[in-house]
Formats: sequence, C-alpha cells, structure tokens
Amino acid sequence: MNFTLHIWRQPGRNETGAFETHAVTGISPDLSFLEMLDVLNEELVGRGEAPIAFDHDCREGICGSCAMVINGDPHGPLPGTTTCQLYMRHFDDGAEITVEPWRARAFPVLRDLIVDRGALDAIVQAGGYVSVNSGAAPDAHTVTVAKQAADAAFEAAACIGCGACVAACPNGSAMLFTAAKVVQYALLPQGAPERSRRVIGMVETMDAAGFGNCSNHYACVEACPKEIPLYTIARLNREFLGAALGSREFIELERPHAHEE
Amino acid sequence: MNRMLRLFRTSIGSKLLVAATGAALIGFLFVHAAGNLLVLKGADALNGYADWLQGHPLLWGFRAGLLLLFAVHIGVSIRLAHENRAARPHRYRRIARLGSRLPGRLMPVSGGLLLAFLVFHLLHLTVRTVGPMVEPLHDGSGRVDVYGLLVAGFSEPWIAAVYVAAMVLLGLHLVHAIEALFQTLGFNHDSYQPLIRVLGPALALLIAGGFASIPLLVLVGVIGGGS
Ligand code: HEM
Ligand code: SF4
Ligand code: FES
Repeated sequence: MNFTLHIWRQPGRNETGAFETHAVTGISPDLSFLEMLDVLNEELVGRGEAPIAFDHDCREGICGSCAMVINGDPHGPLPGTTTCQLYMRHFDDGAEITVEPWRARAFPVLRDLIVDRGALDAIVQAGGYVSVNSGAAPDAHTVTVAKQAADAAFEAAACIGCGACVAACPNGSAMLFTAAKVVQYALLPQGAPERSRRVIGMVETMDAAGFGNCSNHYACVEACPKEIPLYTIARLNREFLGAALGSREFIELERPHAHEE
Repeated sequence: MNRMLRLFRTSIGSKLLVAATGAALIGFLFVHAAGNLLVLKGADALNGYADWLQGHPLLWGFRAGLLLLFAVHIGVSIRLAHENRAARPHRYRRIARLGSRLPGRLMPVSGGLLLAFLVFHLLHLTVRTVGPMVEPLHDGSGRVDVYGLLVAGFSEPWIAAVYVAAMVLLGLHLVHAIEALFQTLGFNHDSYQPLIRVLGPALALLIAGGFASIPLLVLVGVIGGGS
C-alpha cells in the first residue's frame, strides 16, 4: 500500500514546527501504524535525515504512550484502539494521512509527535497514598468488596493515562482521565480514609496544570481507547462536590501551586 | 465562606455555579412562559396578571435576584470559555470533531445572542422605548394594556421575527444545557440517563415553543385578530 503522510515536525520544546510531507510506498496492510512510521524512519535515517520522533513502548495497547492525532482523531479513526493497535489495512490505499501531536497547553511538544504528559503524573501524585495495615499479609476476604463495586472500579482502572481524552476535548480538559483515576478508588473500602483528600488534591492539581474545563462535549469518551464511560465524569463531579461541601479536608488542606510551564 | 470561595475557584465549582444559576433561570423561564400564555385567555387575563406582577411588593427583590442569576451565569461562563480557549493554544490542522455536537459548541454564541435579545426585549416591553406603542397605554380598568402592546408589536413582522429567532437560539441553548446540567451536578446513571436524554429536548421545545407561539399566533391573526 502507498500513503502520503503530512507529519508535524518540531525540533524542540520552544521552537516553531511545521508540517512535512513524506510518501511511503510498498507498505504491508498488516503493519501497525507505528511500524509504518518505523519503515519511514529507516528510510529517513538511510538518507541521513533525522527520524520522526514519536513515543511508544508496549506496542500492545496497554502503556498509553503512542500519542498522536491521526486525521483529526486521537489514536486514529478506529474506536477503542491505540495507535500501536491500528493497522494500515484500516486506511484506503493511496490515502493522505495527517499526523499531529496532542495539542494542549498542559502537554508541551518536546519533539515532533512527542509531548510531555507529566501533568497527568502530577494529578496521580496529588492523589497521595492509600493507608493499609502493614505487617503480616491479611487473610483473604477480611475486607469484603461488592461485586458491582469491584467491577465498576475495574472499569475505571482500565485507563492507561494516554491523554487522548485531553487531545480530543475542544477545551483540552483532563476530566475523563481524572475521573477514571478518582473513581477507581472511590468505590473501594481500601483507601476510604483518604477519599476526600484524594479527590480534592487531584481536581485542584488538574486545574493548576492548565487543562481546560469540561463543557460537556463528550469528545473524550469517543476518543478514549479504553472506552471509559461518560458517567465516570458525573461520579467525579459527585465525589468532588461532596468532598468540597462536606469534608474538613477542604478547609484544612493547602491548595496546590500552579504547574510549572 | 472560605469553603465556598475555594469551591468556586475550581473548575467543577465554577461549573456548579453555571449549572445552578442556569437551572434557576430555566425555572424562571418556565413560569414566565406560562404567565405569558395567559394571552390566549384574552386581554383581561393578561393585563390583570401583568398588573398583579407590577404591584407585587417583592417585584424589586425578584428583579435583583434575576439580575444576580444572569450576572453570575454569564460572568462565570465567559471566564470558563476564556480558560478553555487558552488551554489549546495551538489548533489542530484537522479535527474530526469527535463527540461535540453543534448546540454544545454554540453555547457561547447562543448565550451571547440571547443576552443581546434580552436587552432588546427589556427596551421593548419593560422600558418601552423600542417598537410600536399603543394609544392609550392603559386599558379601561387603568392597567397597562400589555395585550395591546403585544398585538401591536408582533404585528410588525420584523419584531415578531426577532422574537422567534431568539426563541430558536433559546431552544438551542437549552437542548445542550439541560442534559449538561444533570451531568455537572453529578447525575448520570444508566437507569435514568435515557430519560434525561428525552427530557432535555422536550423541556427546551416546551419553553422555547411556548414563547415563540405568541408572536406567531399574532402574525397569523389568531391572537388580537378580532380587536
Ligand atoms: C436565558 C436564560 C438562560 C438559561 C436558562 C441558561 C441555562 C444554562 C444552563 C442550564 C447551562 C448548563 C450548565 C452546565 O454546563 O452544566 C448553561 C450553560 C451555558 N450558558 Fe446559559 N443560560 C441562559 C442564558 C445565557 C446567556 C445570556 C449566556 C451568555 C452570555 C449564556 C452562556 C452560557 C454558556 C457559555 C454556557 C456553557 C458553559 C460551559 O459549559 O462552559 N447563557 N446555560
Ligand atoms: S480516560 Fe481514556 S483517553 Fe483519557 S487517559 Fe485514560 S485511557 Fe486515555
Ligand atoms: S505503545 Fe503502548 S499503548 Fe501503544
């Protein structure tokens, strides 16, 4: 298969970038999108040019690093799929494909398609610790969890922190990510003592990182490769409003400082 | 107090302000539309209702409350819209426009135009400096002839058109707003979400359609045709 790629190139963090056009030919339909880029990069290196920088690690849809917007869709046109699991057979032969990095103030471009998603780590860190008894391992079932709660927590825990929700949102909002990270604990007895401080810390850190606000467009849900459901955000709103209106922590905790640019 | 200030500095707290004031404004619009539809019962019913409102001891308290609702709703949503634009300094070359449907994306536009309409509407029927007036202004019982004002105003096609267009915008604003409102307040569950999906457009149509029916009925001569 043959394709024409329009790819964003940017040498460094505060430098100006531009689109570059490359033709790739003789591509097997069974190559993943990343492998197609590997083929192009080998050609570029062979010609003595700089390869296109892109993030990747597991190449099996679980690490969340293969961030790129393909023809206006984060991770490409296939629902519930990361870029590494997107295959060239999903495109028409001869297609023109535009590839851009995640665009958000909170995700500065480091090089070409690689952005710094550290703001998501800052949100997770703000969640803090979960208190557990240390010492001898507890007997199984000393803490019981309802099947429904375990399933719902697991559904939220499927989030791989890829940032596609932020990339898709017209406001660059990280609400779906933050919701998933809050909800995966909120339903479980483990970590219940930290429940209020966790949601307060994560939401205020999210705000300070320069993400936008949710305007209920729900583009995030359609872009999410792990199909985190929309009601996760409603549950985050409930968790946060409950903690803000009802907990002592909201008066006593220090507010987080703005994320460094 | 400290708690509330801190809450309103967060994104979710700001959305709570927009949603709560929006919900209160929807309540106001519902009552306002129902009151206006007294026009169907004739001049006496409408003028009597308007006269009762005008003489109500809480009139100014009520107006101050409405002003506050509008100010908070508009002020906070403008701040949010600014922050949202700043959060994406570099646009995409291509966007697939995943998910975000038209009424949602038009919220700042429909809201802004509604504000312009609100000014026009107040100049027309509250301050009474725009549009055709009636002679005499008061009816036989000494009450302001609101019925006559409506008929005279909406008989002018351009005034009727402005009102109907504004109600289309209102419907557009509310279609997105009502579903969003529940989500912002934290209500979204498989068991009742289908109901909210239906309730939003239905309530939007009821309110916007209720208002818009009045200029339309005047234009076709059903209201005020006989007098
Ligand atoms: C006429 C009466 C109005 C009513 C009943 C109303 C109602 C609402 C409601 C219920 C919401 C949803 C809040 C949420 O997302 O949870 C909303 C959002 C919004 N309203 Fe209004 N509104 C009115 C007028 C206005 C005006 C005059 C403006 C602007 C100047 C405006 C601008 C907005 C904007 C921009 C949003 C979206 C905020 C966001 O999601 O970031 N509205 N409105
Ligand atoms: S919520 Fe979905 S799109 Fe957002 S970071 Fe998690 S897996 Fe990625
Ligand atoms: S490379 Fe790990 S999810 Fe794509």
